[in-house]
Order: sequence, then C-alpha cells, then structure tokens
Amino acid sequence: MAIEQDEIEKIAELARISIADDQIGELTQRITAILDMVDQLQAVDTANVTPMANPLDATQRLRADEVTEGNLREAFQAIAPAVEDGLYLVPKVID
Amino acid sequence: MHTKSVADLIQGLQNKDYSSTELTRCFLDRIAVHNSQLNAYITVDENAALAAAGLADDRIARGENAALTGVPIAHKDIFCTAGMRTSCGSRMLDNFIPPYDATMIKQFNAAGAVILGKTNMDEFAMGSSNENSYYGPTLNPWDSSLVPGGSSGGSAAAVAAGLAPASTGTDTGGSIRQPAAFCGITGLKPTYGRVSRLGMVAFASSLDQAGPMAHSARDCALLLNTMAGHDPLDSTSSTEPVEDYSAQLGNSLQGLRIGLPREYFGEGLASATAERVNTALGELEKLGATLVDISLPHSELTIPAYYIIAPAEASTNLSRYDGVRYGHRCQDPVDLHDLYTRTREEGFGDEVKRRILVGTYALSAGYYDAYYKKAQQVRRLIKQDFMAAFEQVDLIAGPTTPGTAFALGSKSDDPLAMYLEDIYTLAVNLAGLPGMSVPAGLIDNKPVGLQLIGKHFDESRLLNVAHQYQQVTDWHQQHPAVMTEGAA
Repeated sequence: MAIEQDEIEKIAELARISIADDQIGELTQRITAILDMVDQLQAVDTANVTPMANPLDATQRLRADEVTEGNLREAFQAIAPAVEDGLYLVPKVID
Repeated sequence: MHTKSVADLIQGLQNKDYSSTELTRCFLDRIAVHNSQLNAYITVDENAALAAAGLADDRIARGENAALTGVPIAHKDIFCTAGMRTSCGSRMLDNFIPPYDATMIKQFNAAGAVILGKTNMDEFAMGSSNENSYYGPTLNPWDSSLVPGGSSGGSAAAVAAGLAPASTGTDTGGSIRQPAAFCGITGLKPTYGRVSRLGMVAFASSLDQAGPMAHSARDCALLLNTMAGHDPLDSTSSTEPVEDYSAQLGNSLQGLRIGLPREYFGEGLASATAERVNTALGELEKLGATLVDISLPHSELTIPAYYIIAPAEASTNLSRYDGVRYGHRCQDPVDLHDLYTRTREEGFGDEVKRRILVGTYALSAGYYDAYYKKAQQVRRLIKQDFMAAFEQVDLIAGPTTPGTAFALGSKSDDPLAMYLEDIYTLAVNLAGLPGMSVPAGLIDNKPVGLQLIGKHFDESRLLNVAHQYQQVTDWHQQHPAVMTEGAA
C-alpha cells in the first residue's frame, strides 16, 4: 500500500520525531516498501481467529499494592539532563 | 585459560588451579589486544572486573563458592548494570548510567560471576548484522569482512574470539540464534517469560527474551540455571517451576521424534547450508532419533506478522525517550515540542526511526484493525501450526539461517533483504517457544548453525539434544584463528 509523503510527516509528528526535509522522500519510499511487504497479511482468512497478544495467552498478574522500594529520587535525578530543587526542568509550557 | 569451557573454569577455580583474578586478567588482556579490531565490547571496566574477581577469590578461599563464583562473563549492553553505562547501542542512551541492576544481572552477581564488560549490539536490538550500532559494527571473528549477525553480535563475537567464556544476549526475532550461527557458538532463546525482563531495555515486550550464549550446550545449561526463574517484578515472568538444566544432558535420544518443517528446507535455503544441516540431522538419527516430515503452513507469514507486531510494540516502548528524565537531550530546545522531536531525531538511528514510524502507522486510528489486529490473528495461526506439529514430534529442527555470515555493507541499504535473514527464527518468538542454534559445520571457514525448536518450557530437552550432538561432533570446538592468538 503506497503511503504519501504528507502521511509520513503526520506519523512522524505523532511519533514526535523530526525528519529533515531532504530525507522525507527516501524515508517514504522505504516505509512504502515495508508496508507493501506486510500487505501479504491481508490475503489471510482470519475470520473467527482471536488476536494473540501474549504467546502463552497469559494475562497480566496483579500484585498486592504495597510499597517495596524506598524513595530513590536523588539517584534517578542524578542521571537527568536538567533538574532543579528536585524537579525535572523542561522548556516553559504555559505562558 | 581462555579456550576452556565454563564447566572447566568452575572446576579450575574450585581446585585453585588459577584464581578469578588471573582468569579475569587473562580475558581483559585479550580484550585489550583484540577489541580495537573486533569491536565486540562497547564498555569494559577493568577496575570493576578485577575488584569483583578479588571478592570472588576471597569467597573461594573461604569455601563459599556459589554456582559461578569467579567466572568472568560478558553481558549484552541491553541489561541495566548499576553504575555502569547501558547504551543499548544507541546515542539516545550513550550517557545512561542505570541506578539499578536488571534482575538477570542480580542473578549473575548472586551466583558470583564477574562482569567483564558490556557487548556491542544493533541499536535497541533492531537488526541482524550489528551494523545498526551507534558504536560501529562488530566484526565477525572468523573473517573481519563479514558481519557477526545481530542483534547480539557483540556477545557472539566475544565468545567466538575468546574474549569471554560465555555471554548473555536477547532474542526478539532471532537475535541470539542468528549471531550464534554466524559466529560458530551455541545460543539458547528460552521460552517467553522464562528469564526476567526487568531491567532489560524493552524493544517488543511480547517477544523479547534473554538467554545464554557459550561454546557448548553444557555451558548454556549452566548459565540458564542462573538466569531462569520467576520474577515478581516482571508481570509477564513465568511461574513454571525451574528445572536443573544440567541434569538431563546425558539422556539418550533413542525414540526421540524430530520434525523437519518442509517450509524450512525449500527455496531460499543455500544448498551448502542445507547439506551441512542434513548431515547434522543424520548424526541425530544415528543417536537414535527419528526424523519426521512436518509442515508449518503459515511460515511465509512470519516476516509480515513480525514486522507489524515488533514495530508496533517498539513504537510504544520507545516513546519513553523524551529527553526529560534520562538519556540524550538536544541542545537549547525552544519549546517542549522541539525538545521531544529534536531529541528523538538526534538520539535514534535510521532503522529505529523506521520501525517507530511503521509501528506508529500500524497503531494509528483507522489502521489498527487492518494491521495490528490482523497481525495478532496471524500470530495465533503461526502458533497453532507449532502446536499441531508438536502433537506428532518432540522437537523441531532445521537451519538457523538461510546462509552463512554475509559481507559488511552488503544488506545495510536494503531493510527488506535484512529482514529475510530471520525467516527461520521469527516464528519461534511469535509462538513464544524455546529455540537454540548449535554449530553444525563450516562452509569456506564460515560457521553454519543447526536450529532446534522445543515445546514451551522444554529447554532441558533442547539442551539434552544439543549436548548429545556435541558429544559426537566437534564443530563447537572449532575456533577462528583469533582464538589462538594473543595472550594465552
């Protein structure tokens, strides 16, 4: 299935990845090739086949809602790009 | 020392033939000599390795040996190691020093193993050649013009070249078995959920599984004994009881029924590879096994199903890399949107971006049913093929890969050609089964792998069959020239 360049731009925006203008054309071609390949699936009769999300058909286990870890904020913030007063810094979001 | 098996090293350390410090020093010296060319390791911390070896020697002196006390091991750079960089082969995590250990790393530490270093890999485990690493490709120790396979290419090359006696890898679509085949070593992808995924950087969560890589099935069993087990912190971790994987190695293969899927021996399989695999199957017959023709009719759909499911899960998992809490962040973002989009443009390589985009597309409004749901339905059909086959046979055998290791650069411009490399390995992940690659010959000095596929949680039988094969063949003891060069 062919995919248009503007659709790639839309997906890239959804995925929050900026793509340089000179790369969009090639990327569109490559993704079109991948989508053409996966289109083989459309020919398969899957009526009444239950989708399989887990290979063992296992369901998510729940555990007791108990605190098992101490507060590791300092360890986690030590590896962050920008922090101040225990907060993660990002560019201003609200004027 | 560097050519010895893990089993022999455990014995040698116990007998005090050598210390863990001497052993670790031997491997560090070999890494210093050979890694600049092979590029099998991304990070080696000599001081940490020698400190751990010293502690192991103290324990051995006190007679407090655990299962792997003092044995040096390499870990794929996808497992979080507290205080030691875990890059996942990506610029995104080039500066990431985890504040905690993966459960599997904790298990190896508790067993007394020494961490030699972290091995090279395709970025976020996406690739079949190791050429997608931010740190440059690992070279194949048998021939430096060839790829080692991927994504656990560094782990395979390190063992093949004698830069580690054993290593860990992960396998989402063949990433342990294909590099094991290309580098002439033994690798096992356990059943989905057998080894904890906590602290293993996520690629495709319903497919990812960690496993051992070593020279022999016997050594893989020793490593799996340490790795396998339930982890309450991983909600997909299995509660099936863990066996002693070394205990069944000696069983006879008399009466064993081995299925040969005709789809794995058809067009696309190189004739020389087919010949070596058939010779190996003949050895299994001599050991008492019966070969049975079987069919896995949905085999050709494994590539399209995988290349929807894996990218869809990857696009979700990799959304966490936002430049806020850890990892790469772009310079001087003008606003939050710019921070996200530029951080991710700079931090991810081409193949990772492609898969995120394909996955985002497959999951986006209007396409979900046509792609993701359809792929999940086909996934069930693929699993049902195996379940039907296992009513007739005890395990399945065939080639690991369509051919031997290919030349660096020969497929890196063509993602679809690269995807075809995993034609015989993907189905195992989709069905959640255990699979192994076992050295089964050389073609022009390039290794060939025999793949063994077992029923869910039947790792013991796979290891048993591989071990029995390795008792009557010596392909697993054939080494590239680099193994015998340098420090002894």
